[in-house]
Amino acid sequence: MNALPEPKAQTAPTPGAAVFELIEVEKTFQIRPPGRRFTRETVGLKALDGVRLRVDKGTSLALVGESGSGKSTLLRVLLGLDAPTGGRALYHGRPIREARAIGRDFARDVAMVYQDARGSLDPRMTIEALIAEPLRHFNIVPKDQIKSRVAELLNRVGLPTDAARRYPAGLSGGQVRRVAIARALASEPSVLVADEAVSGLDVSTQAQLLTLLRRLQKDMGLTLVFITHDLGVASYLCEEIAIMYLGRIVETGPTDAVLNAPAHPYAAALRAAAPRFFEPMPDPLPGEIPSPLDLPKGCRFSTRCPAAQPDCQTRDPQLGRFGPARAVACFHPLASPET
Amino acid sequence: MTAQASPLATKAPAPATNPPAGPPKSKRRGRRSIFVRRPFFTVSLIVALAYLLAAIFAPYVAPYDPVLQSYDAMMQPPTAAHPMGTDSYGQDILSRTIFGARFALIIGFFSVIIGAVGGLVIGLAAGLSGGWVEWGLMRLIDSILALPSLILAVAFIAILGQGVDKVVIAVGLSMIGPFSRTVRADVMRVRVQGFVEAARLMSIPSLQVVWRHVLPNVIFPLAVQVTIRISEAILVSSSLSFLGIGVTPPTPDWGLMIAEGRDFVSFAPWMSAMPGFALALLLIALSIVGDGIREEFDPKGRRGA
Ligand SMILES: Nc1ncnc2c1ncn2[C@@H]1O[C@H](COP(=O)(O)OP(=O)(O)OP(=O)(O)O)[C@@H](O)[C@H]1O
Ligand code: SF4
Ligand SMILES: [Mg+2]
Repeated sequence: MNALPEPKAQTAPTPGAAVFELIEVEKTFQIRPPGRRFTRETVGLKALDGVRLRVDKGTSLALVGESGSGKSTLLRVLLGLDAPTGGRALYHGRPIREARAIGRDFARDVAMVYQDARGSLDPRMTIEALIAEPLRHFNIVPKDQIKSRVAELLNRVGLPTDAARRYPAGLSGGQVRRVAIARALASEPSVLVADEAVSGLDVSTQAQLLTLLRRLQKDMGLTLVFITHDLGVASYLCEEIAIMYLGRIVETGPTDAVLNAPAHPYAAALRAAAPRFFEPMPDPLPGEIPSPLDLPKGCRFSTRCPAAQPDCQTRDPQLGRFGPARAVACFHPLASPET
Repeated sequence: MTAQASPLATKAPAPATNPPAGPPKSKRRGRRSIFVRRPFFTVSLIVALAYLLAAIFAPYVAPYDPVLQSYDAMMQPPTAAHPMGTDSYGQDILSRTIFGARFALIIGFFSVIIGAVGGLVIGLAAGLSGGWVEWGLMRLIDSILALPSLILAVAFIAILGQGVDKVVIAVGLSMIGPFSRTVRADVMRVRVQGFVEAARLMSIPSLQVVWRHVLPNVIFPLAVQVTIRISEAILVSSSLSFLGIGVTPPTPDWGLMIAEGRDFVSFAPWMSAMPGFALALLLIALSIVGDGIREEFDPKGRRGA
């Protein structure tokens, strides 16, 4: 009697609350085999392989992983810029590509802050024109209120009003990120997606931007998907964390729970390698990250895993439930699921 | 603390006493007039503008009719009546040189416009289309570009015939190749930039993206190219006239005048020298102006400086 309703509530909790849902998403790039330039045959590079992810409304999710683990590719799938080659990627229950094709609503609702903030701003436009562009495009405010709305947005991200007349080239790196955030907020989105939005800045600027993002997320009820290399940033900004390795999410859950007691050996290695927060991840593990062209047999982490057992080389662990709020893709998780 | 404070205190007033040479200069670099910072540019611009004015007001500033022949004043060296001398038909060289500026600038300007517009269309099409269209267009451009513009202009003249309008078209067509190549390169560079993808992400229709984000970033380098290539167009058109296949005689064209004076160069050197000097001065002035504009406004050049 008791057993029936409970798993149901866990596997499909309140449909519609999920903004994004990725079910076994795969993204294979067809590339020329390395070292052979004059050939027509291609090999598949699995940038994403069996990704399961659910982003609920109003949560903040950090996506962490080594370089090349597929974070940016996952983001492009979320934004509908790339179509998954397998599985389903849903936005409010509808395929993302379809949602994007259907009209402007998706583009208005999901805004992006690029890692290369400067490159994402047209150098020949003033800050005012840049922020006014989404206001005009999505008809956010009547024409005569655009100027005041731009000033309001600049104010909200902590830039002086006279920045409106400047060009991106005249602003510092931190200011340019603020402009990029203001521009993303202009369309009044409910989801903000950011690719390394604070990396490469000095610590105090990073801290200011993080405080800003956190306040915005709380005040506006934004859903935030945030790629970062930095576990400290993840734990400061995001309630949820998803750890990626070679195209698969290997552990998800509440940030504090995952970082305090990582269950996946890779998550544990990341955690151990970055004992101090607010520092980019150093190389977490000895050994090269295997090429995504030639994934290890069985568990993709088995070549570097300190906890590997014989069965790890034969079967590929999928992301499965681990306690009420967490999930892990490992046959021999380090921590035991809390009850 | 005090030891640190004192050098700071002594240092601080130093820049304040000489603001014109100190840090304010670099700070306000963008605001200080280009004319002050680039004296050569300023002089060249004045020279080019003088040519332009001379060309526009040629009938008022020229002392004689440029095609008025006079048997009483043949091959006179420079005198008070004829400051640049006369040619073998007794035509006043100063007047012909002034009217020559008119033809040089008209031919240079309109042929470059033809080249730039043609290059913009082909370059945009090639840069944005990709696939077979791009391949075909680029092979076309390559085959055109393989030939120097003078040779190409000669070929077009052979088809079109002589005359000022034909020279404009021939030189203009011969410049489409280089223009489309630079436009295409700029389009390819701009197309992959973040702000174009950001616009796409905002679901702005692609024609609007091209119009609002690609074109402005391509037009500017193109405008700089135009100022630089006007001198090339003038040189090519003068060369055509010099070879006797450009504009037709009595037209006061510098290239033609140089060619006419060639036979008399040993005893009447002013006949070739005056138009030659006028041509050289204009070409130098135009290229300095073009370079100045490019260095001043091209973001790539500015970063390098
Ligand atoms: N357009 C593409 N064509 C071919 N391969 C690609 C393409 N985009 C990404 N890849 C490959 O997919 C894998 C994942 O790339 P991705 O950019 O998603 O990594 P990432 O986690 O964002 O890394 P980083 O932290 O360095 O940004 C890499 O091996 C990369 O080489
Ligand atoms: S499945 Fe085995 S190899 Fe893979 S992470 Fe778990 S313990 Fe390590
Ligand atoms: Mg990336």
